[in-house]
Amino acid sequence: MSALEKGAELPPLQVRLTRADLVRYAGAALDHNPIHWNERFAKEVGLPDVIAHGMLTMGVAGRVVTEARVGTLVSYSARFTRPVVVPDDDKGALVELSAKVGAVLDNGDLRIDITARFDGRTVLGKAIAIVRP
Amino acid sequence: MALDQSFVGRTYPPSPVYEVGRAKIKEFVDAIGDTDPVHRDPEAARAAGFPDVVAPPTFTTILNLELINTIVSDPKLGLDYGRMVHGDQSFEYHRPVVAGDRLVAVGSVQSIMSRAGNDFIVLRAEITTESGEPRVTGTAQLVVRDAGVDS
Repeated sequence: MSALEKGAELPPLQVRLTRADLVRYAGAALDHNPIHWNERFAKEVGLPDVIAHGMLTMGVAGRVVTEARVGTLVSYSARFTRPVVVPDDDKGALVELSAKVGAVLDNGDLRIDITARFDGRTVLGKAIAIVRP
Repeated sequence: MALDQSFVGRTYPPSPVYEVGRAKIKEFVDAIGDTDPVHRDPEAARAAGFPDVVAPPTFTTILNLELINTIVSDPKLGLDYGRMVHGDQSFEYHRPVVAGDRLVAVGSVQSIMSRAGNDFIVLRAEITTESGEPRVTGTAQLVVRDAGVDS
């Protein structure tokens, strides 16, 4: 594989998250917080509707890095800045993911900057994977 | 309400052993839509240099979450669980987590602070094998929203 340089883009990914996906993730990750499946509860605690697990968005976003097969993951971090609101329909919420090499570090590791957008706005902040080629 | 600052620096006893299973890894990658055969097929995993099917990067959230729930449900901490949201998460990877690993997690409270009525607590999870081989260090910031904002 040729070395990736600063600014190189990884293949983007679009994922639709439906209520069914949230229920599946809740079971897989053992995260049963009702804000991720119970509309009544979500609204009671001040949310617009059921929202996706931040860790589900982070898990899906990680695929942009792992599927590009650019090396071994050293670290991965993200801030959950806005909720992904998932309506009770078959279309769900469209999450658009992209990533590029933000820097080549002194030791040769790549800093991959990931962008996750929902409804035209970013939902993860400082989403960064460090990868060792 | 401010959280009890005396929790900063506290380290909890190791969690019960969590044995990583092939079926659980498959269930997890199905849920995040990851189709890479290294997570599903032991032969593909071995061909890629792993001893067995490998867990995806956020898999150890399962152990983190259990630690978080244990720590934040301590009534002495004074945390309103219904107002808590996940602020950020980071993972540092030491060795790949693979099926058959017997993992334990040690949780600790890194910091507690209050800003503009919101409380912030940072928890660390050191995830190792039962025999102490490092696997993943997870760090989570949890935010407890101000009770006065929307009520």
